Amino acid sequence: MIEARNVSKFFAGQQILFDINATFETGKTNLIIGQSGSGKTVLMKCLIGLFQPEEGDIFYDGRSFKNMNASQLRQLRSEIGMLFQGSALFDNETVLGNVMFPLKMLSKMSYHDQVERARFCINRVGLDNADNKYPSEISGGMQKRVAIARAIALNPKYLFCDEPNSGLDPKTSIRIDELLSDITHEYNMTTVINTHDMNSVLGIGENIVFINKGHCDWTGNDRTIFKSKSKSLYDFVFASKLFQEVKQFLEREYEAEEDK
Amino acid sequence: MVIAYIRSFGRYCMFLAQVFRIPDRWKEFFKKLVFEISKLGVGSIPLVIIISLFIGAVICIQMTINIVSPLIPSYSTGLATREILLLEFSSTMMCLILAGKVGSNIASEIGTMRVTEQIDAIEIMGLNSANFIVLPKIIGFVLFVPILCVLSMFMGLLGGWFIAEFTTMITVENYVYGIQSFFNEWYVWYGIIKTLFFAFIITSVAAYYGYYVKGGALEVGQASTNSVVSSSILILLADVILTKLLLQ
Repeated sequence: MIEARNVSKFFAGQQILFDINATFETGKTNLIIGQSGSGKTVLMKCLIGLFQPEEGDIFYDGRSFKNMNASQLRQLRSEIGMLFQGSALFDNETVLGNVMFPLKMLSKMSYHDQVERARFCINRVGLDNADNKYPSEISGGMQKRVAIARAIALNPKYLFCDEPNSGLDPKTSIRIDELLSDITHEYNMTTVINTHDMNSVLGIGENIVFINKGHCDWTGNDRTIFKSKSKSLYDFVFASKLFQEVKQFLEREYEAEEDK
Repeated sequence: MVIAYIRSFGRYCMFLAQVFRIPDRWKEFFKKLVFEISKLGVGSIPLVIIISLFIGAVICIQMTINIVSPLIPSYSTGLATREILLLEFSSTMMCLILAGKVGSNIASEIGTMRVTEQIDAIEIMGLNSANFIVLPKIIGFVLFVPILCVLSMFMGLLGGWFIAEFTTMITVENYVYGIQSFFNEWYVWYGIIKTLFFAFIITSVAAYYGYYVKGGALEVGQASTNSVVSSSILILLADVILTKLLLQ
């Protein structure tokens, strides 16, 4: 479990995050949602330690991020997997080389075991016959899969994903969401996904934190989101006509369920 | 502006402190070192050969044309060509040219890694990204640059020999006698020592500019340009200091 307690962040005197309190649960897909510029990426970077919050602290299963020494921090880093928005694959490495990278650098596995583990991860994300291809030779969706394979190579306890669906078509997005959800449950990881994709919110939003103008406006899940009275959340979620109709449909479904 | 320079220099020093740490994995470090030697060093050989050959030939022509006096011995063309090559061209001028090739390559490569979050990906794994990416480049180029320097000296002298052999401006005997006359071995070492410093400046300054890029493709290009300008100025500054220290 990851907890953000009273986290505030400033840039050049301007406050970006205001006293954020949020809990990201183990074995669940936790979503940070919000409009562009709301501060969700800053919050995620604070969670993984790329930014230091000026106020508050982050707790990883009770371990305070602020009070960690170098070796504890190093240990924590080895427990974290990260999927970046642009995949962040190494251009000069093949698919296999990319997935093997954390194993080479951080594990004590033999070369044979590294290759075996990397191949297992590549197969787990559904990529076959792509071992020797370079990132520039595969599609955006495949790059995301490779990045997921690299992120899970070391069996991380915490998986962070920064807008995993950006630049992907809806069908591929859903596949990536399903994959992230499956992996989270399979390995009992604490997965934190930063997104503004409503398909993800409805598909895998087991625990949702809504950030609005740097404030944590609402927390809940994919079911309670429709019952929220928050105006800002309403505006965000139901910005499109399609989702307004989906909302009406789901409300009718819930009412029918409750009547039963 | 002065404060900005001081701040930038401080950040450069802190960057170097981050770079010069013990590598996380020696095996990976040596693999990368061999790769960088091949890419930055061996990859520069054709450029060094072509430029040195032609500049050596041009220096020889210039000396022949301009040193026309019955009081100056005819072998002085070869002697002057050799001294120019050994003292300045094969070290300083060659490194200024390499600052363009190698420096821009390093700055754009690392800058692209920064803007595509590849550096963040390394950091997230708990690795020292500056050490992992930059150290093999600095060590690799500093190790290989003396070879480039000696090669440049040799090819420059060969360029002059071509002029002697294929034109009537100077005889081969006079040229060969000139390049052998009053030879001071220290000048070769002086050139090599200077290139070691210059190679460090080229790689570390370019890496610094690339590592701290913020933005996108435009900023990567800007960083690449800035790295070449800054390292060229620093090379010239270092040249003055080293010449004073090594030749006086």
